[in-house]
Amino acid sequence: MSRLLLVTVLALALAGGAGAQGPAGDAKRGSELYGRYCYACHGPNGEGRTHVTIGAAPLRTQAQQKGMGPSLQGVGALAADFYLETGYMPLPKIGIQPRRSRVVLTSGEIASLTAYVASLGKGPPVPTPHPSRGNLALGFHSFSDHCAGCHQIVAEGGYVTGALPPALEDASAVQIAEAVRIGPFVMPRFSEQAISNHELDSIIAYVQYAKHPDDRGGWALGHLGPVPEGLVTWFVGAAACLGFCVVIGQRLRKS
Amino acid sequence: MIRKLVRFLDQRTGTAPIARKTLRYLFPDHWSFLLGEVALYCFIVLVVTGTYLALFYTDSTADVVYHGSYVPLQGQHMTEAYRSVLDISFKVKAGLLIRQTHHWAADVFVAAIFLHLLRIFFTGAYRKPREVTYWLGVTILTVTLLEGYLGYSLADDLLSGMGLAIGNAVALSIPFVGANLGALIWGGPFPGTHAFFARMYIAHVFLIPALIAVLLTAHLVLVALKHHTQFKKSPRETERKIVGVPTFPGQTPRSLGLMLGVAGILVLLGGLVQINPIWEWGPFHTYVSTNGAQPDWYLGWLIGALRLMPSWDWTVGDYTLVPNPFWGGALFPMIVFAFLYLWPWLERKLTGDHAFHNLADRPRDAPLRTAVGFGVFTWVMLIFMAGASDRVFVFLGIGYQTQIWFYRVAIFTLPFLAAYVAYRVCVELEAGERVEHDVEAATREAKTERLLRPEEEPL
Amino acid sequence: MKEGLRKLLLGLAVDAIRRPAPKPLRPGERERIVPDGPPEPRGELLALALLGFGTVCAIAFVAVYVTDRIPNQTQFLGLSLGLALTSFAAALIVTAKKLIVTEELEEDYPAEEHPEEQQLVVQTVHDSGSRLTRRTLFKLGLGTAGGALGVALLTPLASLGPVIDMDPFYGTPWKGGRRLVDENGRPWRAGDIEEKDFYTAFPEGADREQLGSAVVVIRLAASDFKLPKEIAAYPAHGIAAFSKICTHAGCAISLYRTPLFPPYDPAPALVCPCHYSTFDPATGGTVTFGPAGRKLPMLPLYVDGKGHLRAAGNFDEPVGPSWWGVRLRKPSP
Repeated sequence: MSRLLLVTVLALALAGGAGAQGPAGDAKRGSELYGRYCYACHGPNGEGRTHVTIGAAPLRTQAQQKGMGPSLQGVGALAADFYLETGYMPLPKIGIQPRRSRVVLTSGEIASLTAYVASLGKGPPVPTPHPSRGNLALGFHSFSDHCAGCHQIVAEGGYVTGALPPALEDASAVQIAEAVRIGPFVMPRFSEQAISNHELDSIIAYVQYAKHPDDRGGWALGHLGPVPEGLVTWFVGAAACLGFCVVIGQRLRKS
Repeated sequence: MIRKLVRFLDQRTGTAPIARKTLRYLFPDHWSFLLGEVALYCFIVLVVTGTYLALFYTDSTADVVYHGSYVPLQGQHMTEAYRSVLDISFKVKAGLLIRQTHHWAADVFVAAIFLHLLRIFFTGAYRKPREVTYWLGVTILTVTLLEGYLGYSLADDLLSGMGLAIGNAVALSIPFVGANLGALIWGGPFPGTHAFFARMYIAHVFLIPALIAVLLTAHLVLVALKHHTQFKKSPRETERKIVGVPTFPGQTPRSLGLMLGVAGILVLLGGLVQINPIWEWGPFHTYVSTNGAQPDWYLGWLIGALRLMPSWDWTVGDYTLVPNPFWGGALFPMIVFAFLYLWPWLERKLTGDHAFHNLADRPRDAPLRTAVGFGVFTWVMLIFMAGASDRVFVFLGIGYQTQIWFYRVAIFTLPFLAAYVAYRVCVELEAGERVEHDVEAATREAKTERLLRPEEEPL
Repeated sequence: MKEGLRKLLLGLAVDAIRRPAPKPLRPGERERIVPDGPPEPRGELLALALLGFGTVCAIAFVAVYVTDRIPNQTQFLGLSLGLALTSFAAALIVTAKKLIVTEELEEDYPAEEHPEEQQLVVQTVHDSGSRLTRRTLFKLGLGTAGGALGVALLTPLASLGPVIDMDPFYGTPWKGGRRLVDENGRPWRAGDIEEKDFYTAFPEGADREQLGSAVVVIRLAASDFKLPKEIAAYPAHGIAAFSKICTHAGCAISLYRTPLFPPYDPAPALVCPCHYSTFDPATGGTVTFGPAGRKLPMLPLYVDGKGHLRAAGNFDEPVGPSWWGVRLRKPSP
């Protein structure tokens, strides 16, 4: 009985020590997955490939050239979890903006690959945000300051020269926390010094609110402001008034 | 009882003759003639709902801290003006309904004026003797654009505040006098003095509505004095004879019905479709901005023009002659309005037609006018669409820079193509009608000459 | 009273069922102005039904208003009042189409002009000047008097703002030694500023809403800067500050584009969300895309003994959108 208890405690300790969310990652299995999906761009030991070799160019598909990708040493489980859970990685073409896409790996594979990447150097673990502890008003204020310029005030996404800051409706609390700390593609990187964990919890609380904000005025038209309002003005308002006119008035008969 | 009332009024005002003439004034019967009325009824809704809102709004820019019911703004700093609009939306019963109805009415008002303008333009109703009526109408349109802009800027939310900064920049960009003009209106450099909001408020609730009311009254009086134009639907309508439906009893229920219908549509929109949720944008600060900020639709043509201009301040030595925003924000709309004002005179010059016109043309009957009008419309429409390129990029993935280059080329080429196509369509439609007319005449002749039996038709 | 009420109800009931015939002209009555038309009982019922429905909706509006805090109250208020209005509109349209006679009448357009009256007006004006001998002088006098009075009446408008003095357009709250603080008044330390992040700073003690106040602070590797020599010394240990107000149309520059993977991701840039003017911080804020016609003003910085960031002077250019004198002078504190 006590032996069983010891084994159980050890197993739990090992699982806790792996530091990953969900099923514990197997770094050895992760290294096999790394070889299949990541090696070509990120190099044999995750040191990255930045030197241009023959045949390499942006926007050419991977099958045709040696890939190019940044170093993964020291990025930690945080970065690996983010890029894999969102489907940002594997990237279909070099040089394009990573975007949320269909995730080809199972959650077990993601955990393993994350464990492997985490083992490549000392980096931050997967964060554990607590948006319920955040302050919604502080979150709205911080989001307006740091994020709304690119992501739009209710997180509907937008444009910055050369990139597409995405809408955040599919972002989970963990993914928001991760993205803020990484600064993927051209997004700024906000460290704990710049945005404390409490402020981050507040920002996440606001983003979650922004997915279903207070729309007591009626149909919200995607929260995009005057452009859809103008479309409704013409295709509903003016069209209905025009309809009234046609019903009331005469049509031109052929003379 | 009617007899008693009419007698009472006539004995005290002497207006029975006017009343008789008014009751039997003839309205030509075509649906497109009701578009002006739609605009008028939108204006009435605006005045009624606007009066209500003015009873709750505060035009002060004093800093306050919010302690109301909307959680994301709890404890945040904002102006009293912004807070008063929040309170209208959240605290005042039916306040949000009336606020939204007012805003939808403003948007639909401009759309209705524009549709009415299209009808007047493409049927030649602005020709002698109605040029003054037309100029009054174009002035109402110009003033209304300003009125709407001031109206939604009163809320002092993030979106409209950014819009005011841009308006200020356009004022500053006017050569020689821009900064002085801007300093005059704002009371200094942007954001100006606390008095600026009081000025916007007085302009929006008093000065400009009074101006619109005066212009509108003059416009309607002139329409009545010279009578409406009419389409030639039958041989009865001529330049001298008007055929139509009298005000009473025929036109009255239609006009009243249209008024209630327009009001009903605006109230339905006001309750069911959210517009300008200022609590979601947050209060305005000069050092905060959001992606995807746009003006209301009727100013979208200007944001397109501002975005299309390449990076260029026209300088002469150290003197900045023409700052960049002038081209898109000031010169472009001035050209469009100059075209609208000058067109009656220009058309007279081009066609040599100086006669009185009471009959309205169908667009195909005046190919030159239709072509020029359609070309100018295409030009403005392309610039308008350029203003939404960032959203098109987000939704359809077409590169923003690619779109900007496309529009820069298109606005100088497509309008001419559009004008040519419109011209050809008018000419072809007219030619087709002439052929049909000739066939009918020939058929009638053949039947008279008994070459065809009455029930036969030609091959 | 009961008798009266019974009569009223009976009358209403009879009205609802009866189909009356058109009344013939009795001897002595005048000729009709508005012609007769056949009755349209179905149209009447439809109009009445619409009026009834609209009445119910209008009452519903009052009921919803009085009810406290029901969910979606604005929607129900709008729906009830809107349906009331559109039902009444529909009732009126049914009335117009079915219940009144739509006459199509003819009449003459008014006269194109009235030559006799015009002549009388012109002659009246001409005749009244018979006692004047110095007409030209009089016209000149009236003209100048009117013009001068007009100018005088318009002059108080100049009090609306400083219309001649352009100094406010050059002034900002920044000067040598001013500390950079955040929105809560806490001073920024050089150590707070990390690469790949952007920060908003204000002059200590100044009005934050003034256009000359807000600056955006970023840090680049010192070797990344390619500044012209006039502003080469502006950054402090790689930390650079720029006016946050776009030089195109005055919006706040709240976008910072910073590459994670420099060979392929676009270079660092400060971007404005209004018309996407893009400024390159490495070259001192030059415009790389978009309509802005002027570079972004840069603030010289230094780090004081306590590690706090301070301004070493004013911006290298006036802040805000361009105007006629924006290049004539440098900013003054």
